[in-house]
Amino acid sequence: MESPVVRFKDVSYAYEQKNVLTKINFSIPKGSFMGLIGPNGGGKTTLIKLLLGLINPDEGSIDLLDQPRDKFKEWNKIGFVSQKANSFNKGFPATVFEVVSMGLTAKVGYLKFLTKAHKEKILSTIDQVGMLDYAYQNIGNLSGGQQQRVFIARSLVNNPELLILDEPTVGVDYENVQRFYELLNRLNTDYGITLLLVTHDTGTMTEHATDIACINTRLHFHGKPEEYNNLTDRDLSKLYGHPVNLVTHDH
Amino acid sequence: MLADFFEYEFLRHTFLTGLLIGVIAPLLGTFIVVRRLSLLADALSHVTLAGIAFGLFLDKKFAVGITPLYGGMAFSVVGSILIEKLRGVYQAYQEIAIPIILSGGVGLSLIFISLADGFNTELFNYLFGSVSAVSKQDFLSIAGIAIFIVLIITLFYKELVTLSFDEEHATVSGIHAKRIHLLFIVLTALVIAASIRIVGVLLVSALMTLPVAASMRLARGFKQMMFLSIVFGELAVIIGLISGYYLSIPPGGTIVMVSIAILLLSIVLKRLTWKPRKVREA
Ligand SMILES: Nc1ncnc2c1ncn2[C@@H]1O[C@H](COP(=O)(O)OP(=O)(O)O)[C@@H](O)[C@H]1O
Ligand SMILES: [Mg+2]
Repeated sequence: MESPVVRFKDVSYAYEQKNVLTKINFSIPKGSFMGLIGPNGGGKTTLIKLLLGLINPDEGSIDLLDQPRDKFKEWNKIGFVSQKANSFNKGFPATVFEVVSMGLTAKVGYLKFLTKAHKEKILSTIDQVGMLDYAYQNIGNLSGGQQQRVFIARSLVNNPELLILDEPTVGVDYENVQRFYELLNRLNTDYGITLLLVTHDTGTMTEHATDIACINTRLHFHGKPEEYNNLTDRDLSKLYGHPVNLVTHDH
Repeated sequence: MLADFFEYEFLRHTFLTGLLIGVIAPLLGTFIVVRRLSLLADALSHVTLAGIAFGLFLDKKFAVGITPLYGGMAFSVVGSILIEKLRGVYQAYQEIAIPIILSGGVGLSLIFISLADGFNTELFNYLFGSVSAVSKQDFLSIAGIAIFIVLIITLFYKELVTLSFDEEHATVSGIHAKRIHLLFIVLTALVIAASIRIVGVLLVSALMTLPVAASMRLARGFKQMMFLSIVFGELAVIIGLISGYYLSIPPGGTIVMVSIAILLLSIVLKRLTWKPRKVREA
């Protein structure tokens, strides 16, 4: 079997005194579409910050693409669309083209300029997420769903192996959420990009993901969507530590 | 009407210096506005004043001739580094660094001013700007600073924009956010020190932010906003300098009033051309 893209080994993390993650063991298989679910405050964003090297684990270790995270250098192979992307500064007058070009900044490197080839790549990536008609519009004038596509393009422009999205569909209406998932499925199956999608919208998630992990301080479940759907409400309440209707959505 | 500016050498230096700061002040100002750091410019201009007062004090008491421009620049750059350090100390309350540095600058200025036995006209010129204060040496120094700033901004443009738009994303993608930010803030300090001869301590931040506020309403994209800000900045400087000279008003005042007029015009223009248009969902 191919080695996983991400591997957490006995990872624990606390903010000051508060344990947020305890002894997390889990891995993301290459080519999978992993849905990470759990209640608000369950530690999902913290797990991603650990993965991205924004914070360091108190215990345990993290491997990225077969290297220890602390030695990992190929950050452009990991794309990240933040939870905050939908609450960014709307007044910032950057065009879609400019925002997507920012994805290349680190890769191109200091003291170098974007070439014609880079610019073509930027436009084809904008096309890939279906936003070519808006390439020279200010990002602030777009809808929430359109902005998320642009932020995905900003990561995609680097040809990442892993794309991480933290609650990207918050504030996007139901129909556009469906189209958003179609885009993600296409990236996963046609382009072979491994996806890690954080959400607390379990309903839609189980329809699209290939793997599900459920986190509430501890890893409570890790398996296939079918297995997750077969869990009874009682199992789920036990996993979450409180009644599940707080976290599932009905559509 | 422009004739005097070409005839008298001191006016020519003022005019050329004005053209230079009309470029660099809005250029840096673009980043300052989008990062919501307008107050930073104010804090640094007051620290610059302390440096200038220090220079005047040395000159008066010990006849040590350091150019006030260099005194101001040195204080401003040190002040900018201190702000960064303070922001690191007060992680959760980063904006507190700004009033600390601002009041420190004013306090130090007062001390040096009174040690130098009070106000003089030269200091008044630094507060509100002056058309007659620019020497040939000042002009050459400011030209050097301007070239340096345009060069650095060009070389680090993509990093500066990326960082200003989304600091977290920039950091994750491997950009050295701290170093780029320090570079940016030191450049800001240099621009402020260079601009103070003409617009004055109290109004320098206006020349950095008002043209940007105006162009923000009209531009499509960041680059366009940057160029439009420079156009507005130049307009304000040229009209402000000439009218200030003929009306015997410190140019700081006239430049800022022209900037405000441009800002109001841009707001009106936007109202007139703006048609409600429903954004289609993709
Ligand atoms: N910077 C922080 N400092 C202190 N506590 C934090 C910080 N960020 C998150 N927390 C706490 O850690 C817990 C997990 O947060 P988070 O990882 O954001 O959860 P999720 O993304 O699953 O909603 C929450 O209880 C939250 O209050
Ligand atoms: Mg979260």
